[in-house]
Amino acid sequence: MANELSEAQRSLIGTKNKKGQVYTDPYYLFNEAPRTTAFYTGSEVIKEAIRRASVDVMVAYPITPQSEAAALIGELYAEGYVADYMRGESEFAVMSQCAGAAFGGARVFTTTAGPGTMRAFENFPMWVGSRLPIQMIVTCRGINSPLSIQPDTLEMYFLLGTGMLIWHAETAQDFYDWILKAYIVAEQPDVHLPIAVCCDGFFVTHTKDTVSLTPPDMCLPPYDPYRSPVPCMDMEVPPVRMMRDPFVMKSNYISYLTHASWQEETRAACERSRKHTIPMIDGLIETENTDADILIVASGTAVSQGREAIRILEDEGIRCGLVKVKVLRPFPLEELREATKNAKYIFVPEFNVIGWLAQELKAALPDNHRIIDGPHVAGGMTMPAEVVVEEIKKTLGMTVATLAGRGS
Amino acid sequence: MSKEKIAICPEFYDIMPPEYRDLVEQSTYGKEDRGWKDIGQSKELIEEHSLCAGCPESIAFRYILASLPNPEDTVMVGSTGCTSLVFPHVAVHNIHSLFGNQNAIASGLKRALSVRFPNRIKDVVVLAGDGATVDIGLDMTLQAWFRQEKFTTICFDNELYANTGGQESGLMQKGFVAKMAPVGKKFEKVNLPEIARESGCCYVVMCTVSKPNLVEKVIKNAIILAREVGPTYLQIYTPCILEIGKDSMEGLQEMRDSERPGERFKYKEYITDEAKKYLAELEASKKEALVAP
Ligand SMILES: Cc1ncc(C[n+]2csc(CCOP(=O)(O)OP(=O)(O)O)c2C)c(N)n1
Ligand code: SF4
Ligand SMILES: [Mg+2]
Repeated sequence: MANELSEAQRSLIGTKNKKGQVYTDPYYLFNEAPRTTAFYTGSEVIKEAIRRASVDVMVAYPITPQSEAAALIGELYAEGYVADYMRGESEFAVMSQCAGAAFGGARVFTTTAGPGTMRAFENFPMWVGSRLPIQMIVTCRGINSPLSIQPDTLEMYFLLGTGMLIWHAETAQDFYDWILKAYIVAEQPDVHLPIAVCCDGFFVTHTKDTVSLTPPDMCLPPYDPYRSPVPCMDMEVPPVRMMRDPFVMKSNYISYLTHASWQEETRAACERSRKHTIPMIDGLIETENTDADILIVASGTAVSQGREAIRILEDEGIRCGLVKVKVLRPFPLEELREATKNAKYIFVPEFNVIGWLAQELKAALPDNHRIIDGPHVAGGMTMPAEVVVEEIKKTLGMTVATLAGRGS
Repeated sequence: MSKEKIAICPEFYDIMPPEYRDLVEQSTYGKEDRGWKDIGQSKELIEEHSLCAGCPESIAFRYILASLPNPEDTVMVGSTGCTSLVFPHVAVHNIHSLFGNQNAIASGLKRALSVRFPNRIKDVVVLAGDGATVDIGLDMTLQAWFRQEKFTTICFDNELYANTGGQESGLMQKGFVAKMAPVGKKFEKVNLPEIARESGCCYVVMCTVSKPNLVEKVIKNAIILAREVGPTYLQIYTPCILEIGKDSMEGLQEMRDSERPGERFKYKEYITDEAKKYLAELEASKKEALVAP
């Protein structure tokens, strides 16, 4: 792990920042530092992670359900834990302000949700192409019309093609650990890409959960912009003349090849993040009982509902395994093929109308008739474990009792 | 950055392109009284350009780059448009990201540089077209001024969308017939200098690039004031000779014609009392330094 820091970062380990926090080796911080438990909302957990993340610039904008977290980071700024903080004028501007700060060599943090994510969209492929390791928390909410603020993960579907790293947290604990770990992975010179750490709005942001926290007086080493694979825009390194003619103006093979190879390189950088991510968060997926005939494959809070469903099924003597997809980009193709190889039925519960995870799995797994894309809920509907159980039993041809209160 | 940072390792000297060797040996980084008169006597910070022959944007670029008070610590922010064809040839760090978001990029950039270099001057200069500044990016242009972000915004006003082939822009004159204004533009040229003043810019100038002395002065004022006093805005007429049907030799005359009294690019300047005082004090302290032994 030590070699995942630069010389400049290593030299700061053990020294203190102006708040008296000790810059701590990330390996020690994540795995060995003493932990204390707290009972926090997801928004408070975001704040506590950022307190320890040595963030230089945060740009904020209100949108439910991330407004509280974004405002709490403002408190950290007032206390001196974040060097600069501003409210942008729109999510499009916010993501450009984040880009400007990252171009200038800052460690950057932002949060958004639903319509905010969609408003900002032009920025995301630009962040990727510019190799800016910005961390963006996405607390997913509906993007449909009529207006909805309810939990719904449809926006993640659009993010999948941007080239960003995309992690999907299930719990507040995931969130706490991953926010800190995301910077270490995203800032590796052979990765150096933006990362979206997503969660299901309200379910994670607005409910309290027990989380174990690292000490408040220890923080990540600061970002070292001189490890970037492209020059930091601070005039501290020679201003190279990048090209004779901008490629945008040339309709020739060299121009096409340059664009194509850079796109391939950014995708390859995303793939290269595996080798840092796997030890960091213990694999791109997590599995339980994958020898069972029936499997639930899910991400985010759908995993929690899946666990609950598995418990109910177990009481009825039906054995069902679980795959939690933690990382969506890079896509855990081999891991998923291996984990699902014994399954006869693969259920994919999701909090969105299109079932994008099921689509991804259908494209990736052999014998994809095994995949049952459901149950889906959307627009803020909850997904009681019984609904998952019902879907499974119906598919298996078993009789199901009508669920109380589900209409007739 | 210091000039040592662009120095070439002796072993590689002979394989470096001559343009880069010239930059190391004959550029004006760090020269205190650098200005447009260095053009022709030293290595310019612009290498070539792929603009149309005779496009006034090219001479505007040369004057501006020659006049930056502190190029070794200046980062420029561009936008999509004809200017984005030039930036890859420019020897100061510059960012192109998207079309119209230049003042948002500059806001984040300036803040990052202030966090990282609290005791040094790092100038941020935006240079974008009128479409970028006034139409698609207007909210970000104005909001950066409202927030008093400390950088200079320069708009190359060619009164149309040049790079996409001459469509109507907000800075186009009323009545002008263009693509997407097939019966003539129906509303007045947006009065951005006035809006800039109302939005909190401490120094606003509208001019052409017909007079290099003048360009040098306003560029220096704008950048120096943006360091300490507040946001500054320059709107510079750089006619798109291609789209208004002029020959490559006619750009200068077009600028001269349009800056005559009563014409739309007659020199216009607005400066706050605070900014005036700041410049006067700076001038006085320079004179003092000259008098002192
Ligand atoms: C989001 C987006 N919309 C539209 C465009 C197309 N586009 C590229 S350059 C340009 C016009 C630029 O006009 P201006 O800012 O006035 O600069 P000029 O070319 O006139 O110097 C347009 C519309 C784009 N690149 N991105
Ligand atoms: S299209 Fe117009 S503005 Fe663009 S380079 Fe040609 S003359 Fe200049
Ligand atoms: Mg224009």
